Amino acid sequence: MKPVRIIRSKTVVLPNRDIDTDQIIAARFLTTTSKEGLGQSAFYDLRYNKDGSEKADFILNRPESKGCGILVAGNNFGCGSSREHAPWALLDYGFEAVISTEIADIFRSNSLKNGLVAIVVDAATHNWLLENPGADMTIDVESTTIALPNGRTVDFEIDGFARYCLLEGIDQLGFLRNQLDNIERFEEARTWKP
Amino acid sequence: MSTPLTLFEKVWADHVVVEETVDTPAVLYIDLHIIHEVTTPQAFSVLRKNKLPVRRPELTLPTLDHSTPTTPVNTFKDLLVAGEGAANQVRQMERNCEEFGLDLLGYGSGKRGIVHVIGPELGATQPGKTIVCGDSHSSTHGAFGALAFGIGTTEVGHVLATQCLLQRKPKTFAVNVEGALPPGVTAKDLILAVIGKIGVDGGTGHVIEYRGDAIRALSMEERMTICNMSIEGGARAGMIAPDETTIEYLRGRPRVPQGAAWDAAVARWRTLRTDDGAAFDKSVTIDASGLAPMVTFGTNPGMVIGIDEPVPESNDASFRKALDYMQLVPGTRMTEAPVDVVFVGSCTNGRLSDIEAAARILEGRQVADGVRMLVVPGSEQVKADAESRGLHRIIQAAGAEWREAGCSMCIGMNGDIAQPGQLSVSTSNRNFEGRQGVGARTVLASPATAAASAIAGYIADPRKYL
Ligand code: SF4
Repeated sequence: MKPVRIIRSKTVVLPNRDIDTDQIIAARFLTTTSKEGLGQSAFYDLRYNKDGSEKADFILNRPESKGCGILVAGNNFGCGSSREHAPWALLDYGFEAVISTEIADIFRSNSLKNGLVAIVVDAATHNWLLENPGADMTIDVESTTIALPNGRTVDFEIDGFARYCLLEGIDQLGFLRNQLDNIERFEEARTWKP
Repeated sequence: MSTPLTLFEKVWADHVVVEETVDTPAVLYIDLHIIHEVTTPQAFSVLRKNKLPVRRPELTLPTLDHSTPTTPVNTFKDLLVAGEGAANQVRQMERNCEEFGLDLLGYGSGKRGIVHVIGPELGATQPGKTIVCGDSHSSTHGAFGALAFGIGTTEVGHVLATQCLLQRKPKTFAVNVEGALPPGVTAKDLILAVIGKIGVDGGTGHVIEYRGDAIRALSMEERMTICNMSIEGGARAGMIAPDETTIEYLRGRPRVPQGAAWDAAVARWRTLRTDDGAAFDKSVTIDASGLAPMVTFGTNPGMVIGIDEPVPESNDASFRKALDYMQLVPGTRMTEAPVDVVFVGSCTNGRLSDIEAAARILEGRQVADGVRMLVVPGSEQVKADAESRGLHRIIQAAGAEWREAGCSMCIGMNGDIAQPGQLSVSTSNRNFEGRQGVGARTVLASPATAAASAIAGYIADPRKYL
């Protein structure tokens, strides 16, 4: 994973609540054995007509959305399936962060492990973001703050370990493998074996 | 006296290898890791790249379910029914298992099936275990008093390589269900009612424990239906304390401990209950006796009503979008909606008792003209059991299709899909837009409601067919 420290970008807003992982990446695109190239299938049924042409009125297809790296979404983003293809698809599409008032547990955990910064903000900040699509802002993972173009700075919470891994670009598998002595001791000391 | 603990806290504490701190999550030991073809290929690639073996192959249970066809498979060509990508994924899984020394319950094993159906069926799912799988419905295994949750592919790699996960301790949520379910109202209706009450994000950050008389009265298969859909309420896991019902279900299954070890295990399992006075972070109480068969009307499982209630109204934009997608009008009844497809199956309702419930209603009746009904057993074992009881004949005589085991139309990865605009009454767990095919409209219901709807050609109240 690449280190993630500062994200500077305009936002794109998908205001709907409960955007599930099936909408982010539909199951028919999961028959892949790699992580690459999923971006073209992100939000497929929202982005494309049946004949494969782009839906002109869908926000991601509008010219002002091109190159936006921050996705602002309605409450409870990423609910549903555990498919890590969802953050892979968003990252491959070009998103670096997603902001909502609530983000589903597994999606959030998957996102942070891949360097997609999943941020939960308070309702007032969220409303401001919904009402100001295209806001040019800066996310600072180190100070866990968002600098809004109106001059306000908002703090956000992120698990300390996830933050450390983002900043250093740390792969958690390496961290876990450093625990192997402890794991072996645990296995030996158990009073019952699975 | 020591502090009273919840069931979850006991199982959690028993698996902490390294305690969590402010800076680092806990290292949690995993007793059973179930894997399938869709969410593992990238994890095996990581092992290969780092030249790592699977650390505990004997705690890893691989099968094939998500992208397998529900037509018979004897050759690679038969796999292509599900599409080339799906077929390659199955082949890749077979190769990965061979390379890493894993005992795949695949074709020819007679034990292949949906990850959450075969774990319990084999007795690999046991009280007090930690169980994970790269599938969010891993919560199913919590029906046995296990701590079971879905993980992403990166974490699948972590468990394969270390048998551990990095986890923050979730909060606890007690869902108390009092009273008794009325006749014709099933576990599926109960869990849909629970999700309707707590909302699709009500359980976020929490592990639910289902408690109360109505839960105690359920069979193991019904308890699995309940715990299965915990994730639909946003919870990581759902648990039910083991009791005599649990022990009797497990007795004699192939992968439970034998002899003296069985007695020791049972003694340990009996301690796995929430102590009197233990505190939950939150709780809710539901009365089961007032429930009716439930059906969803929207595009998430929390948008649910009793079958005799009108479709509600709201000005919320997401709500209206959902109703538009479903082509439903507030104030109308779901029983006015004509049905195109009926699906009985999935890890929610694809076990023997579910197929029996559907067959009981189908017996001596005919699926309505123009309705396609698919009955898909959750595992090869379920299929064999159902056939030994002659259920397949009842199902076929009614005009429904009897298929091979797999996830099938629950996720629509294998070619089993509904067409755009079609209305599907489904015993699965997700009515998301496009889940069962682009533009397909899904109504979640119990196997009894699904079968009754197949016969009526409209969404139907199963109590009229009992
Ligand atoms: S039946 Fe559906 S929910 Fe269950 S494991 Fe398969 S795809 Fe997932």
